[in-house]
Amino acid sequence: MSMNTQGRPTRMEHDLDPGAYEDTLSGSRGLEQAEPLLFERGSLDVTGVDLPTPRGGKNRLGGMKREGPIGLPGLAEPEAMRHYVRLSRKNYAIDLGLYPLGSCTMKHNPRLNEKMARLPGFADIHPLQPEQTVQGAYKLIEELARWLMVLTGTPAVAMSPKAGAHGELCGMMAIRAALDARGETGRRRVLVPESAHGTNPATAVQCGFITDEIPADATGRVDMEAFKAKLGDDVAGIMLTNPNTCGLFERDIREIADLIHEAGGYFYCDGANFNAIMGRVRPGDLGIDAMHINLHKTFSTPHGGGGPGSGPTVFSEALAPYAPLPFVVQTEDGALLRMAENESDIDGDDIQPFGRLTAFHGQMGMFTRALTYMMSHGSDGLKQASGDAVLNANYILARLKDVMTPAFEGTCMHEALFDDRFLKDTGVTTLDFAKAMIDEGYHPMTMYFPLVVHGAMLIEPTETESKSGLDRFCDVLCGLTDAAKAGDADRFKAAPVHAPMRRLDETRAARSPVLRWLPSEDDSKN
Amino acid sequence: MRYLPLTPADRQAMLEKIGVTSIDALFTDVPEAARLHGPVDLPPHQTELQVERALSKMAAENIAASSVPFFVGAGAYKHHVPATVDHLIQRSEFLTSYTPYQPEISQGTLQTLFEFQTQVALMTGMDVANASMYDGSTACGEAVLMAARVTKRKKAVLAGSLHPHYAATTRTTAKYLDIDIVSSKPDLDGLSGIADLIDDETACVVIQTPDVFGRLHDLTEIAEKAHQHGALVISVFTEAVSLGLVKSPGDMGADIAVGEGQGIGVGLNFGGPYVGLFACKNDRNFIRNMPGRLAGETVDADGRRGYVLTLSTREQHIRREKATSNICTNSGLCALAFTIHMTLLGEKGLTTLAQLNHETACDLADRLSGIAGVDLLTDSFFNEFALRLPKPAAGVLDQLVEKGVLGGIAASRLYPGELDDVLIVAATETNTDDDLAAFETALREVLS
Repeated sequence: MSMNTQGRPTRMEHDLDPGAYEDTLSGSRGLEQAEPLLFERGSLDVTGVDLPTPRGGKNRLGGMKREGPIGLPGLAEPEAMRHYVRLSRKNYAIDLGLYPLGSCTMKHNPRLNEKMARLPGFADIHPLQPEQTVQGAYKLIEELARWLMVLTGTPAVAMSPKAGAHGELCGMMAIRAALDARGETGRRRVLVPESAHGTNPATAVQCGFITDEIPADATGRVDMEAFKAKLGDDVAGIMLTNPNTCGLFERDIREIADLIHEAGGYFYCDGANFNAIMGRVRPGDLGIDAMHINLHKTFSTPHGGGGPGSGPTVFSEALAPYAPLPFVVQTEDGALLRMAENESDIDGDDIQPFGRLTAFHGQMGMFTRALTYMMSHGSDGLKQASGDAVLNANYILARLKDVMTPAFEGTCMHEALFDDRFLKDTGVTTLDFAKAMIDEGYHPMTMYFPLVVHGAMLIEPTETESKSGLDRFCDVLCGLTDAAKAGDADRFKAAPVHAPMRRLDETRAARSPVLRWLPSEDDSKN
Repeated sequence: MRYLPLTPADRQAMLEKIGVTSIDALFTDVPEAARLHGPVDLPPHQTELQVERALSKMAAENIAASSVPFFVGAGAYKHHVPATVDHLIQRSEFLTSYTPYQPEISQGTLQTLFEFQTQVALMTGMDVANASMYDGSTACGEAVLMAARVTKRKKAVLAGSLHPHYAATTRTTAKYLDIDIVSSKPDLDGLSGIADLIDDETACVVIQTPDVFGRLHDLTEIAEKAHQHGALVISVFTEAVSLGLVKSPGDMGADIAVGEGQGIGVGLNFGGPYVGLFACKNDRNFIRNMPGRLAGETVDADGRRGYVLTLSTREQHIRREKATSNICTNSGLCALAFTIHMTLLGEKGLTTLAQLNHETACDLADRLSGIAGVDLLTDSFFNEFALRLPKPAAGVLDQLVEKGVLGGIAASRLYPGELDDVLIVAATETNTDDDLAAFETALREVLS
């Protein structure tokens, strides 16, 4: 062994088996640090905030004072910082790498958006402040609404829905209200393609509708004959995602719109995949009556590990009168913007909001971020972004089509869909393949969705990936496919082995649910 | 365009690999008549500096709560949020991750959700809590639907002093599901009349405490009556900080507790995003009927403890039209902000914070009710109370704005055509003695 001048070894000793030393005393493994639960770390008498000492004396609680402890441990600030920073490092993130979850549009989240949303004039204002003190906020909402209406080619938008599914509820409730206003109490059947997001049927049922599935045809699109056969005077409408969840544009969309309208129903379009067409196609021109827009997908507001989202919902002329409260209106002299918050704020009978979907006015923090993103791109940048999103997906499709098995022929829109035929007889499943991607440093694609494709793998790269990044990704998928075909199934069954955790037992979690921390019996005796 | 990494040469090479001549050629499935050939009628791209200028100009037209004596509440409260919270929620790994569908690389989100669920359960005195709803109002609506499923009944009784936005959201949520919603009159004195509305058809009774006027209610007696009739009690709060000082929903016999978590960690944000808290008793039927996501404990292939999303057979992505709710994306990052702030506070900090809020509100109530013609209408409260003024409250508020004070909310904004002379005022730890004095002086001048 060679030594440097301090007598320190400069070379590894190759004869040692590193596997023998995998277990550590601390449970940590280098930079991967074990972190117990807050409840095992903190204590009831520690706090990480300095507050003035209450004076005591005054009590107007009327006998409602809490007796006994709550049981909430605290951590001093340095400890809290470490707790959460350590936990954060166990997460994958867009900022770490490609996040190709199909239908989720995990694009780069610009930090200018965050900065703008934190301006005190937006972040530190109350939704019920006197209206003359929040005119800038109303202007921002109006400006975002304008961008959304221009991009979708629609005359109205409800801004308050808090996420995509909430926007679906908004759209379907407007349809229900419009049918009720027409006295059409018999129209309760909603047509939903079998490839739809689960939120579609769940939403329809929350509006008192029943759902009826339309099968897909051999090209992955709505089976037009089956669709036509389902039309009738009990049909309330159709909920259709376009581009659909197979990553394909519904070529017959205008005919679908015409037929549903002729049959007396309405057209709800799920806008989850608007990123493929923004600035290039206006859904209003396709004949839709309502569509939500996921600001947290298309317009880059961060997904935050599961929200918050925002789901503004655009409407056609036919449904616009039923849009929910609240909405911004201009005073007669035009001097002031106002928020119509209650039915009493509305003049005339032609506007009949179906109700209110949430307290206050919607996700202002997301509006600020989305408008920042839109203004940064402009009309030209948005068009380039959707073009690049579609280009990136097609590039992946082109690179992998002879290695993996595309679910359908032809080009795709913003996401490329594969089935599991290429894994036939390898013993490797879609799940195994996805878990092996984790070992390679990638977040897996959407798996087993849409349901119309066996062992589906839905890859959505978005426009914010570089060509070289996509090439590396495709190289890895090609390599994994080779490994699977070479009979190396064990590698896939064991995966992941390089993630913070190995595969987790989801069956056990569901069979005997542990949904919160509880003190162990030993602890409670102390 | 700064967010787009592809170069023209990249695009060309990629098109060649695909075998088409242009990006437009990838859009041939779009009906020709629907394809836009030029850009839409919106401005072109702008630099960071340009966008920042435009947005800052809009922001400057608003009066920020921290810049004035500020007393607006009614469902959203101004509290100090430690700098650590905002730093941590901007960690890339939290900010830019998706819903934790791949648990092996999402333990950060999953463990913090598990901690969040535990904190919410402890604070509300309930057994289990979910991983968040959009906000308090939608949590309230979903709780009513859950109660209807659990009891298989179709009538919900709402207290008249439930925040009117919550009541409206609940009515809308239940509107097309044949659930009959009845409501007592808004009552500034108590909960009169609500007990008489409970019968054997009632799925649930929904009561907010502190209510929209700030009044605290003991639900114990109503819970007894509701339970005698087989109805559930849904306890609603819009100010989570109150739970540091007052009896919890669980202490008072509530079956489901829902509320707004905005006051802890999240900030005002002009009404959103906020975080809905949702907790209930440990009953199999309850948990099976809960909306939203749940993080649960399990082990990995090496036997090490870890967390996953669980019981998803309730949820839309598995159950589709039979799901308990259509909710998908919820309020993850706000739940994280809540849980970090709560961890920093701990029980000690939360109790102190709540005490400071209460004392400040008591001081303010004493000052304002000492003004001639002003009556304090709320004899038990946490950090918010109602005043009867000798003039319509809406006009008084406008005059207070002229004097640089944001003095609360006119009850008539929430109850149009009613309670014209009632002003709802909130005070928190962020209000200084100078703020209180400024408000008192300004109100005295406006009313003189």
